Amino acid sequence: MSTRSTDILYDAPGPRARARNTVLTVVVVVVALLAAYTMVAKLGEKNQLDPALWTPFLRGDVWINLIVPGLLNTLSAALVASLIAVPFGFVLGIGRLSDHALIRVPAGVVVEFFRAIPLLIMIFAVMYGGSAVFGLTVTPFAAVVVGLVLYNGSVLAEIVRAGIQAVPRGQSEAAYAVGLRKGQVMRMILLPQAVTAMMPAIVSQLVVLLKDTALGFIVSFEDLLNAGARVLPSNFNNLIPSVIVIAVVYIIINLVVGAVATWLERRSRRSRKTTATPVEPPGAIVVAGTTPGVSAVD
Amino acid sequence: MQALLDEFPVILNAFWLTIRLTLASGAAALVLGTILAAMRVSPLPVLRGIGTAYVNILRNTPLTLVIVFCGLGLGLVLDVSFSTSLSTNYLWLSIIGLSAYTAAFVCEAIRSGINTVPVGQAEAARAIGLTFSQNLRLIVLPQALRAVVAPLGSILIALTKNTTIAAAIGVTEASLTMKTLFEAHGDAVVPIFFGFALGFLVLTLPTGLLFTWLSRRLAVVR
Amino acid sequence: MRVKRAGTVLVAVAAMVAGLTACGGGSGGGKFVVGIKFDQPGLGQKQPDGSFKGFDVDVARYVAKELGYQDNQIEFKEAISANREPFIQQGQVNIVAATYSITDDRKKKISFAGPYLITGQDVLTRADDTTINGEEDLRNKKVCGAQGSSSPKRLVDKFGEAWKSQYLIEQQGYGACLPLLENKQVDAISTDATILAGFATQSPGKFRLVGKPFSEEKYGIGLKLDDKDTREKINKALEKMFADGSWKKAVDANFGEFGKFFTTPPAIERY
Repeated sequence: MSTRSTDILYDAPGPRARARNTVLTVVVVVVALLAAYTMVAKLGEKNQLDPALWTPFLRGDVWINLIVPGLLNTLSAALVASLIAVPFGFVLGIGRLSDHALIRVPAGVVVEFFRAIPLLIMIFAVMYGGSAVFGLTVTPFAAVVVGLVLYNGSVLAEIVRAGIQAVPRGQSEAAYAVGLRKGQVMRMILLPQAVTAMMPAIVSQLVVLLKDTALGFIVSFEDLLNAGARVLPSNFNNLIPSVIVIAVVYIIINLVVGAVATWLERRSRRSRKTTATPVEPPGAIVVAGTTPGVSAVD
Repeated sequence: MQALLDEFPVILNAFWLTIRLTLASGAAALVLGTILAAMRVSPLPVLRGIGTAYVNILRNTPLTLVIVFCGLGLGLVLDVSFSTSLSTNYLWLSIIGLSAYTAAFVCEAIRSGINTVPVGQAEAARAIGLTFSQNLRLIVLPQALRAVVAPLGSILIALTKNTTIAAAIGVTEASLTMKTLFEAHGDAVVPIFFGFALGFLVLTLPTGLLFTWLSRRLAVVR
Repeated sequence: MRVKRAGTVLVAVAAMVAGLTACGGGSGGGKFVVGIKFDQPGLGQKQPDGSFKGFDVDVARYVAKELGYQDNQIEFKEAISANREPFIQQGQVNIVAATYSITDDRKKKISFAGPYLITGQDVLTRADDTTINGEEDLRNKKVCGAQGSSSPKRLVDKFGEAWKSQYLIEQQGYGACLPLLENKQVDAISTDATILAGFATQSPGKFRLVGKPFSEEKYGIGLKLDDKDTREKINKALEKMFADGSWKKAVDANFGEFGKFFTTPPAIERY
């Protein structure tokens, strides 16, 4: 799909422009290859291309016993956090739209507070403060999940609020006119339409959540990054190769989940179940024709 | 509470480092992101390809991994060394990681800004014979940048919070300092946490307001 | 609707709290959870076959057996330096055997059985670097340490804050220090000789252990503060291990040529 941003800035190339473009392309390719070669040569110079550092990744037991358990921990933290964060976000988002200041204001304070402070600060606070203050047992897993829930729940609350507000006014006015009560309007008219509109935004926020599980590494959560940056290098002394391999694993997972978000977005754009236009996550940067993956800033 | 007052200079120092990290990475990310955006709309398919690959790789890699790679890998591979002082060196390595990551988002923001510039503008520019780079530099980018002030503000706020991840390679910014203070004052965890939370609120909330105001002031009137 | 909404919040909160405690692991259920290092060759390391290997691991296994646990009841959990006290205090682990030095500060928070090994803070340099031969030589050398470990703190106390910002970098674990040393980003790694010996054994010929310890580190087994009963049981188990030759066997199996530094088992300290 050709996006308009790539073809309005220059004329269709004529013979001279085409020749110039060919020359420039060759130059760029040569420079890029040179840069790539320098990097690889440097790696070689530092003995990072030694097959002994890379062959562990061809071994089944390395994947089965070291990498996959980390991956499963990453995925289960993401799954548990998502399952709690989504309802949490709905409660807060709907709370922020309440007519009662007693509900609206605290919901707003919670949302703004957790969006404004860094996730890592939250994780540290839960991890090292949870027991000191509440006498709770906080595993690294729990610290990561609670941190992710508080932060992403608050972001999701904003998505929910935007989704509900994206339903045209006429819908709720009509609903009130036929005699529905406030709760019924929310439950029967607004939410069903809003959910369709905000589905893609919710899924892209969940990609961000998945990516943020890597913060667990800093509190020794035995996740994918921990496998790549601590456990594997201690066995094979191959920090650089294993960080590169782990990065590829992360990128593939995020692209797959991101593709789901894009597919949902296409579907909801076509959907006739809603009168609302699809909402974007707060701070999301969406460019037409973009490839799937993380879009929200974080 | 006493602990918070006693450690006030330490906390202030940590936040000063957070601010410096934010500003340095923010400036670098803006420059790199603009270059990437220009690459992604250029007439050369290879430049577009490189820009696209860069953005997709960096956006989909956890920042923690990017920073760990910069801290442990970059110095090693490229012999990057900025200073004889180790802590300064790691500060710069974390700035590289933060700006490389943030640039991907800046690039996408600017690209979305380019899409808001009416087609007629670029067409008129082409009609009077401007080349691609003149078109981009003189006509499209100035309007696009003004349109994306608000998203750039969100990116700067996200960056401010993301600087905490430099803790992963031992940069003693706010989050690592908070952890150290937790250990030193086990009885004052709550006040210390709220002290640091307040610090971040003080940094992020005014930034948000400033950029909302700026985006209104600078909006292109059509 | 309002009541219902409040109810939802309550359920969500309750679910979260339940999640918090349910993930606790901890004692009970016939499991014996041991906090060890996962990234420390020679002491505690997770192997590609999924098993754990190292001196700390062998000691923990022996102790667990003496306490009446089968091998399949032992569960190993990663305890990085910064997490050791919290894990014990919160009951996330039964014991910690993770290069855990007995110190007076730590004794205020947790209890120690043992010691089961005496080592000292030493220095690891590149094999071809002859300029470093002891603690004093680190005054103008770049040193890598682990966050939450006591070794970098000792150097900072000695050389001062200015030295810290100029010459010290703290990483997430000593494993991360190794590539930095190998590629001359830092000149030395300074921590317990045992840890350094583990790394040196792994890459023969690349590194040199200076071998002049400038502190005395007594590795103990960490457990809940004032759990006197278990502490005495562990101490008895250790004494048995020292006496029946299993201790020596574990030293030789895990430290190879550096086993010569650890010939006699220490005396148990009952405080």
